[in-house]
Amino acid sequence: MYEALDHAHGGEGHWAFGTGFDEPLAGVDTTVPDGIDPADLGEYCLVLGDDALVLAQRLTQWITAAPELEEEVAIANVALDLLGQARLLLARAGSVGVLGRSRDRATESIPDEDALAYFRDLDEFRNSGLVEAPNGDFARTMVRLLVAATVRLAVFTRLRGSRDPVLAAIAAKGVNELAYHRDHAARWVLRLGDGTAESHRRAQAAADTVWPLLADVFTATDVERRLTEAGVAVDPADVREEVSSVLTQVLDQATLRVPAWPADTAPRGRVGEHGPELAELLGTLQGLARQHPAATW
Amino acid sequence: MVSAVPLEPATTTDARAIAETVTDPELPMLTLADLGVLRDVRTEDDGTVVVDITPTYSGCPAMGVMRADLLHALHRAGFPRVDVRTVLSPAWSTDWISEEGRRKLAAGGIAPPGRAPVRPAGPVPLQLGPTRRTATCPQCGSPDTEELSEFSATACKALRRCRSCREPFEHVKEI
Repeated sequence: MYEALDHAHGGEGHWAFGTGFDEPLAGVDTTVPDGIDPADLGEYCLVLGDDALVLAQRLTQWITAAPELEEEVAIANVALDLLGQARLLLARAGSVGVLGRSRDRATESIPDEDALAYFRDLDEFRNSGLVEAPNGDFARTMVRLLVAATVRLAVFTRLRGSRDPVLAAIAAKGVNELAYHRDHAARWVLRLGDGTAESHRRAQAAADTVWPLLADVFTATDVERRLTEAGVAVDPADVREEVSSVLTQVLDQATLRVPAWPADTAPRGRVGEHGPELAELLGTLQGLARQHPAATW
Repeated sequence: MVSAVPLEPATTTDARAIAETVTDPELPMLTLADLGVLRDVRTEDDGTVVVDITPTYSGCPAMGVMRADLLHALHRAGFPRVDVRTVLSPAWSTDWISEEGRRKLAAGGIAPPGRAPVRPAGPVPLQLGPTRRTATCPQCGSPDTEELSEFSATACKALRRCRSCREPFEHVKEI
């Protein structure tokens, strides 16, 4: 295996799966259909890609710390799926030339997806506040995963019909994965909510902490509004009812009180307004690449 | 590393035959063709061999190795110009694993997947009960098996145990 990788790498002697190796959209027709603004499309791919990238990074913070080995493997696998979705979406953004200021720092040999992940600044990230909030305890992690996966699944289900064929294909693939992410988290919320007095208390506290984060999810940005009209994107407001119905179903069965639904705010994370928690997360995510831009690992 | 040059001019049929021998890095008993990852092999006018592959899971880390293995095998067989391309649509599901692939999995001690869930156009229904997967023990053939963990050594497999022979085994999950 290593020999083959070395060969594909031009015999440079490193088999690393890091920068410069594997382009997830290699060979995919990335032509933008008529009537779609490439800059808007790229921005929207950052919205979807950054949600996945940041949530994946949050989930991997449980590695070596999960309550049981099987759950650690489960969390790692969910994070891996999300990272794969992020790679495809960031590569799609790069394919239409949306790279932010990342190219000021990333050398040419660094592929677009890596430039976007490692060399953008805090205010260029487009993830919602829902995914950047810290993990908290295991209950809060699972409630947040339930909420985030439910929203994303509802959006991806609709995106399968996007006028951008690349986005539609990424979504069709993601639906299968997100369905089991959501159901896995939902089963944990059920066990915790309908478990012991202590697990119930923690699950309720988790829901009470996570629900207010929904304020930064359902308001469309101007880009999302324009692309929804063009048949490319999904207006997040259109999935609110479905999300609410799924979450209520899970919490009811978990004997948890459904917290008050927060009022929508103007978009924050989607326009680059983030808190110190994301800065800290990006410090960990980007540190190595920024100190050693030519490194492969 | 490009060495053996075939005596006869290489053809698409030859290239396809070579590509079909390349195995999956995580499930080495399966070829990429058995797995349904290899979608097409063709030759362009300038002689470039184009190979279409599709990812299993979005984050499958084996994709890079698959690509490299295909390039290596075709180069070694005397095809100097090879282009391995990704195809995203239609999305891979375990239904793409061939009957031959399923037999090889079972012979290798891994229970093959059942039919993948049908995904209608609307919302995906919530599954709050335990997963209702079934699998036959690849060791003793008993259908009386239980799931130990929904996630196993790779994203595509669950860990199960046979209630008859008590042996644990892996099961490629339906997706």
